[in-house]
Amino acid sequence: MINRSISSTNRLLGARVYAESHEWVLMNENTATVGISDHAQGMLGDVVFVDLPEVGDTAEAGNACATVESVKAASDIYAPVSGEIVEVNTALENEPSLINTSPLDNGWLFKVKVQDGEQLSELKSEDQYLATIEDE
Amino acid sequence: MSLFLKNALSYGVNKYLKQLPVIAFTPQKRYASSGSNDLKKTVLYDLHVELGGKMVDFAGWLMPVQYKNMGIGPSTNHTRTQCSLFDVSHMLQTKIHGKDRVKFMESLTVADVAGLAENSGTLSVFTNDNGGIEDDLIINNIADHLYVVSNAGCSDKDLANMQAQESKFKSQGLDVSVEVLRYGLIALQGPAMQKLLQTGVNFNLTDLPFMTTTEASVFGIPGCRVSRCGYTGEDGVEISVPSEYTEDLARKLLQLDGCEGAGLGARDALRLEAGLCLYGNDIDESTTPVEAMLTWTIGKRRKEEGGFPGADVILAQLKDAKSVTRKRRGFISSGPPARGGTKIYDASGEKEIGVLTSGVPSPTLKQNVSMGYISSTAAKFGTDVKFGIRNKLYDAKVTKMPFVPTNYYIPKK
Repeated sequence: MINRSISSTNRLLGARVYAESHEWVLMNENTATVGISDHAQGMLGDVVFVDLPEVGDTAEAGNACATVESVKAASDIYAPVSGEIVEVNTALENEPSLINTSPLDNGWLFKVKVQDGEQLSELKSEDQYLATIEDE
Repeated sequence: MSLFLKNALSYGVNKYLKQLPVIAFTPQKRYASSGSNDLKKTVLYDLHVELGGKMVDFAGWLMPVQYKNMGIGPSTNHTRTQCSLFDVSHMLQTKIHGKDRVKFMESLTVADVAGLAENSGTLSVFTNDNGGIEDDLIINNIADHLYVVSNAGCSDKDLANMQAQESKFKSQGLDVSVEVLRYGLIALQGPAMQKLLQTGVNFNLTDLPFMTTTEASVFGIPGCRVSRCGYTGEDGVEISVPSEYTEDLARKLLQLDGCEGAGLGARDALRLEAGLCLYGNDIDESTTPVEAMLTWTIGKRRKEEGGFPGADVILAQLKDAKSVTRKRRGFISSGPPARGGTKIYDASGEKEIGVLTSGVPSPTLKQNVSMGYISSTAAKFGTDVKFGIRNKLYDAKVTKMPFVPTNYYIPKK
């Protein structure tokens, strides 16, 4: 249900925006859904564990608020925007590989109630983001 | 128990575990800056790139952490079920010549080199005057020399150590010389190794038990040294091959049905599952062989006679077990993967009793395995402990290693 609603939201509102640190944000009214890019999941390899924030926690833009672990390493996920965590993707607890198989949809990480919409303007469009990773 | 494979990881894992997230999550060019020019490349570098290797800085070498066709988990599983090829050419290979070579090597390491049968090898450690481990290495006794392989990350200090001792020996009128062997080194690891390699060698691999070595022609390339060892816990060989033929040999081996290239990521998971130490993480200058549970590398005669650096400290620890306050142990834990640096607490979660030195979510066992140093009073197998990870405590248990049973080729007599 949740996943389907995100997909349709995506189609309605269009575009994800991206942080340089490879998280994506999809806005629905004032709630931001956050995940990691397809490029990032590819670099990480098989995800075996996800440490999510708790609902009610406060995320601060630029600060680590989740951890994604693959065989090779633990990687911090940075909040792209500030605000209260209003929902986390509990499906990842039993199926962390959703991040690999569906990074942009079923593998979403958490939702933030955005305090300051201005922060969104600092994020990149998908095209801009893809251009930066081509340089890597 | 060879360290050949482990050597590739020396120093590096700490480094690459820290670096990989950087690679994954920052859009900067990682190797485009000036620093990349300083990194060394093995003779197989071009092949790694051609195969889609993700190249990382490992102990000053550009090495593949994995290849694009297979993740670290699948590559680990492939090694346990079939056969993987690892480039370990960055390791330091030396030949020790001269009639005093045994005395020379025994003056630097804890090994009973005099007791090594011809064409056999042993894992050993270079020690320092404090009884700490300077590096681990394999010493093979060949008819007229010793063939030694030690860690890439320690190559500068190992060579300096050996050359200083060489000078000292020579000044005393003794006969020894250290030759650096600039050969490639390829590890072929996994249960299918014997079947695959047999098609390319002119001797019977069943006549080459674990920790023995022979000179051979391999797939038409003469002058190779094939040693039955590795650092994965699986049956395997390491093939020392003249540099100019290393790529040719690697390509031929990779064409064998079921043989795949594998990188440092799989190697680290494999050696951890096998309970094997990684120099720079699990053992270093501050850990003694006794604390590191490597007492078995000290020959019986050496325990009686000493004569290696730090022998007073190490032999005193052997004599008085109570003086050993910490021990290297394996752990299986719940919750998130436990990595090096994780603090170990007692079952109440209140008292800190140790620290992990490395850990990985085991691709074979699908459990978190790790090793580290724990207070001797809590080191009994089966002891419940807690790990502190990101401000939460998780259950863990002191567990016998290897975590995955080893599969070395040891024929029954």
